[in-house]
Amino acid sequence: MTSTTARGFDARKIFSENGALGGLIVLVVALSVLAPSFLSTQNLLNVGVQAAVVAILAFGSTFVIVSGGIDLSVGSVAALSAMVAAWASAEAGMPGPAALVLGLVTGVVAGLVNGALVSYGKLPAFIATLAMLSIARGLTLVVSGGTPLPTPDVVSFLGSNLGRFLPLPLLIMLVFFGVTALVLARTYSGRAMYVIGGNEEAARLSGIDVRKQKLVIYALSGLFAAVAGLLLAGRLSSAGPQAAVGYELDAIAAVVIGGASLSGGVGRASGTLIGALVLAVLRNGLNQLQVTPFWQQVVIGVVIALAVLLDTLRRRSR
Amino acid sequence: MAELLVAEGVTKRFTGALALDDVNFAVRTGEVHVLLGENGAGKSTLVKVLAGVHAPDAGRIVVDGQPVRITSPQHSRDLGIAVIHQELTLVPELSVAENLFIGRLPRRFGLVDKARVRRDAVALLDRVGLRVDPATPVRELGIAGQQMVEIARALDLDARLLVLDEPTAVLTDTETDRLLEIMDGLRREGVGLIFITHHLEEIRRIADRITVLRDGRSVAMLPGGASVQHMIEQMVGRSIDEQYPRQDQQPGDVLLKVDGLTRDGVFADVSFEVRAGEVVGIAGLVGAGRTEVVRAAFGVDRYNSGTVEVAGRRLPGGDVHAAMRAGLGLVPEDRKGQGLVLSSGVGENLGLVTLRSATTAGFVDRKRQDQRAAEMASALRVKTTGLSQPVRELSGGNQQKVVIGKWLLADPKVLVLDEPTRGVDVGAKVEIYELINRMTASGRAVLLVSSDLPEVIGMSDRIVVMAHGRVAGELPAAGATQDQVMALAVQDRITEETPA
Repeated sequence: MTSTTARGFDARKIFSENGALGGLIVLVVALSVLAPSFLSTQNLLNVGVQAAVVAILAFGSTFVIVSGGIDLSVGSVAALSAMVAAWASAEAGMPGPAALVLGLVTGVVAGLVNGALVSYGKLPAFIATLAMLSIARGLTLVVSGGTPLPTPDVVSFLGSNLGRFLPLPLLIMLVFFGVTALVLARTYSGRAMYVIGGNEEAARLSGIDVRKQKLVIYALSGLFAAVAGLLLAGRLSSAGPQAAVGYELDAIAAVVIGGASLSGGVGRASGTLIGALVLAVLRNGLNQLQVTPFWQQVVIGVVIALAVLLDTLRRRSR
Repeated sequence: MAELLVAEGVTKRFTGALALDDVNFAVRTGEVHVLLGENGAGKSTLVKVLAGVHAPDAGRIVVDGQPVRITSPQHSRDLGIAVIHQELTLVPELSVAENLFIGRLPRRFGLVDKARVRRDAVALLDRVGLRVDPATPVRELGIAGQQMVEIARALDLDARLLVLDEPTAVLTDTETDRLLEIMDGLRREGVGLIFITHHLEEIRRIADRITVLRDGRSVAMLPGGASVQHMIEQMVGRSIDEQYPRQDQQPGDVLLKVDGLTRDGVFADVSFEVRAGEVVGIAGLVGAGRTEVVRAAFGVDRYNSGTVEVAGRRLPGGDVHAAMRAGLGLVPEDRKGQGLVLSSGVGENLGLVTLRSATTAGFVDRKRQDQRAAEMASALRVKTTGLSQPVRELSGGNQQKVVIGKWLLADPKVLVLDEPTRGVDVGAKVEIYELINRMTASGRAVLLVSSDLPEVIGMSDRIVVMAHGRVAGELPAAGATQDQVMALAVQDRITEETPA
């Protein structure tokens, strides 16, 4: 039920396993009719770029949520990782690639701290990552001195287009989608995430080292957050101290719209991708329709509630 | 005695499967009527029909001589039918009194009338013989007390027909005695009781009549005094020559050696050995420390001193994985809470323990995992629609087979079984016993923790009896009687001499 190896293309199965896919299609069709410019190649690529950052954050959160945890720190960790990379190249004079790696390491370290607090410190994940949300944001401000820093060229390159118009963020998002699907379906850690989320005690009594796996899970979430942060900064060629504020909530929303359960044990990479696309399409479409940002927030909240409500009803009726 | 409820030809079909097939059944006032049958025989479905959860597809239900269609749980309650489910429905943080009157607290001037709540609660608790302060939070009561509160609540709702769905599965012997006494009292007050249990001895003690269900049909109506042998034959539809088919093996090398194991305040100086080909039983009252000892030996919980050796290798404390690698396995007492991932499929659950060994360079060979799971599921005759069926949907016996199966796939040298047949029907029990025989025949060993005395005596070669966290004695199972084991289990203070 968590994942099955599909042989060939089975549309009914894809729909029944991804309830939000129908919603995404309805949304796309409706917007194409209401806003003719929506369907242009350029705009669709924009949607992909807008989705990329949230999707990559959300892939990391999928690991955490499937294992029954939560990571509230991903937005702050994304900002911190990008800021560390920018600072390393702009202020400390490190070469770009080294600065990039340092940014990624920053994300992993933040994730490991989260994981250690949750598994060895026995803190509730909500509390541990809430603390990290504040710590990482504070460190971002400390490192930057409160002002944006320019990103090294290699990071800016990540945010740019390949050739004439193929945006790299979109490609990177697809690569991370593949990685996430592979980790969840095929790796030891991925399978352990479902077991831990489904029944942590049974996992422990079956010889799974739950504490070690949680370190891996939160470290992955931190790494993905760092990638998302670097992409976001690369797009603007600048790492901002207030970048990605509130993105953790978009990430969680994407995972949940994608059909994962916050009580753990259920979740899919494809669902999360669809969830992130739903959010991006909705934001983009509302802009095209010239809905004010104030009302946009209201609409997005309603959509999140509706998506999960429908998913719950669908499961109950089965 | 008047017929309180009569069911005639009740039939219920679920997508293809016939859950109830022309079931006939009747309860009189002042009668304890036992519903007996293997898991999956249709007992729960019949109870749900009476409780108004399922509507029957055919047949007639007559209450007090009036034909009725029970349309909802509320309707069932209005007819005076109360069902006490295995999963209790109390609010643990609220007091006993508040739980008794949930949703209908007596009020005065819009405020809860505390004096009256207390007075009524005391009177009700008295009726079921539960002597606790009504202000006690329910969570402090223990499972037996909580059941009494449920029963008291049902009585206050003027229940005339009380359905008890396996209430004794979670009770100790003394608690069971107490419950049977209360049931007897209610019977004398004229309440009709439907009693579901797998413990055949209890049936002999309390039942007036027994209706046996098999494969959804009511196959026999027996008098309360029917012999255990007769009940089993009717239930499984064949005669089980031996309830405990233990085959003796020649014991070999020591595979598990527990020496002086101590955890302060929980158990002290526990020592025993299990040899290849042997089944060693651990008996004792609930709370004697049996589960705690095997959990510590397996590395789930820590201990303060003592050693655990598997095949001569000493295990580090508190490390489940090391215990597993050394060849130890544990089928825990609470299969739903500790043994299974209920939302995951049969295949996934069977592969839990072998997940690591099926991993190369971080990647799991899922094809091989699925193949081995399929082989194990068919070898154990797990009744399932497929490997992807969530284990939540399996019956208790089949769930237990999955938990045992996941360990058999890892091929442990010593398998610890903690209450392996609790809540499991007779047919599946015998299959589990045969698995034990197969393990010991192939040179493995089994440590069997069980509260079921006939089972411990019937299936073990030696019995270690625990009392108050210590080993009270050890005796060969051949020729041992329940009285001998009980005498050790209830002893107050262990004398300072070392057990034989």
